[in-house]
Amino acid sequence: MIKTENLTYSYENGTEVLHHLNLEIKKGSFTAVLGHNGCGKSTLAKHFNAILLPCGGCVYVAGMDTKDEDKLLEIRKAAGMVFQNPDNQIVSAIVEDEVAFAPENLGVEPKEIRRRVDKALETVKMQEFRYASPSSLSGGQKQRIAIASVLSMNPECIVLDEPTAMLDPSGRAEVLSTIKMLNRERHITVILITHYMDEAAQADRVVVMQKGTVVEDDTPEQVFSRVEEMRALGLDVPQVTELFYHLKNAGIRVPENIITVEEATRFLLPLLKDDEQA
Amino acid sequence: MLDHVTIGQYIPTGSVLHRMDARVKIILLFVYLVLLFTISQPAAYLLISAATVGLVFLSKVSPRFVLRGLKPMLLILLITTLFNLFLTPGEAIWEFSPFGAWNITITREGIRIAVMMFLRLLFLVMISSLLTLTTSPMMLTDAIERLLRPLECIRVPAHEIAMMMTIAIRFIPTLAEEADKIMKAQTARGADFESGNLIKRTKAMIPLLVPLFVSAFRRADELATAMDARCYHGGKNRTRMKESKVTRLDVIAIVCVVLFAGILFLCNQI
Repeated sequence: MIKTENLTYSYENGTEVLHHLNLEIKKGSFTAVLGHNGCGKSTLAKHFNAILLPCGGCVYVAGMDTKDEDKLLEIRKAAGMVFQNPDNQIVSAIVEDEVAFAPENLGVEPKEIRRRVDKALETVKMQEFRYASPSSLSGGQKQRIAIASVLSMNPECIVLDEPTAMLDPSGRAEVLSTIKMLNRERHITVILITHYMDEAAQADRVVVMQKGTVVEDDTPEQVFSRVEEMRALGLDVPQVTELFYHLKNAGIRVPENIITVEEATRFLLPLLKDDEQA
Repeated sequence: MLDHVTIGQYIPTGSVLHRMDARVKIILLFVYLVLLFTISQPAAYLLISAATVGLVFLSKVSPRFVLRGLKPMLLILLITTLFNLFLTPGEAIWEFSPFGAWNITITREGIRIAVMMFLRLLFLVMISSLLTLTTSPMMLTDAIERLLRPLECIRVPAHEIAMMMTIAIRFIPTLAEEADKIMKAQTARGADFESGNLIKRTKAMIPLLVPLFVSAFRRADELATAMDARCYHGGKNRTRMKESKVTRLDVIAIVCVVLFAGILFLCNQI
């Protein structure tokens, strides 16, 4: 779906942000990109729909080179992008006009736009707010509108650049469950840039970046089991992983691939019950 | 101070006026204003007064809202009326000298022109308010874009003007909220926005305006990126989801206004 080859990018002042980066994102996958502030993850995201163009190397989106100006709209249509601040990406003062914005830009027939808007709003469960003003919505609702307004382009892939960074816990949960649903049910390729470990734990692949290169690239179970390496990179691991890490250090035999609360409960509950009976 | 900023003043009541095409409404508003400023006879004024009241009634919007637009105009309205009343030369019907030195005369022509100017300004504000009360800001910007489109051949940026208005409307509450937040933050740190004379208070606004502008530019930058990401490339080949169409209702309205203009013209000849 998306492929980078030796991608290098520097700011105008010469600071190199991305350094010979090679990455391939498979169609239908859910990839989380983790990394410290300034590791280049947002810069990388902006290459996925040709907002930034590589200084060296190439980026291919659905087989199209992002440097090809004639394909610009096709590329942006294929890889929709959701940004961090919900207030700064909403153009229109009415929710349904906002969702219609992208297909209007693409010159889609009015009837078809109406159909897509209805479907997109239904997907993110915001139908009842179609006539509302975005300023009256909560942060989580605004981000769902931002997701819907990308969905109305019928993208194959959605890139989300820290979509939950400015939200409260309930807003984060709303947005994350929407993202997961898009991936599992609509089979849309998702690339989630985040710095929340528990969000990354729900992806099927975790890419960890440092200083413009990929340093870890594996399943979340594998990546988070390397607790020391993650710490060395200045990153945390999900709370569950941390708990199991301490249990292991305390001499208790625990499996290494547990990263979600559900799995942890399933493993720990019988042990605790045994303990009570004894 | 900023918590009651509203976007426009649209009041949806679903009336006939609400359902009309915004372009037709704007054009008819102009026709009405031209009529209002060309008539001069009492009979014609009586007729246009009846029509204005009728329109307010038709909109189902409370007359209180229609008259609210007059508030900032009140002083101008008063001064115009009084000046015309006292300073028009002509056949004097009432004369008096309250302090011996001044000679105040009210003339027949004075009364006539004062009443006429009063009604003209009153109706001007009322009918213009009626347009914004019955048309949502979105429909209004859309209508302006489509009305200006023929002027694109003489390089009037119709789409850009409409897009700017749309974004401005969208960001009014956001920026108002932000200004409020900055103000509270500055107040918490000892800033004083309320006391002192005008110059002092204006100076106190600087620590409010600087961060507000900086953040507005940052927002603009992010918004531009987000618009790019959703394939925005100007007004070329752009379609609209809500295509406003001229319906039978609008045709009826146009016919009514044309007939009304004719009758008004006849009344004005009396």
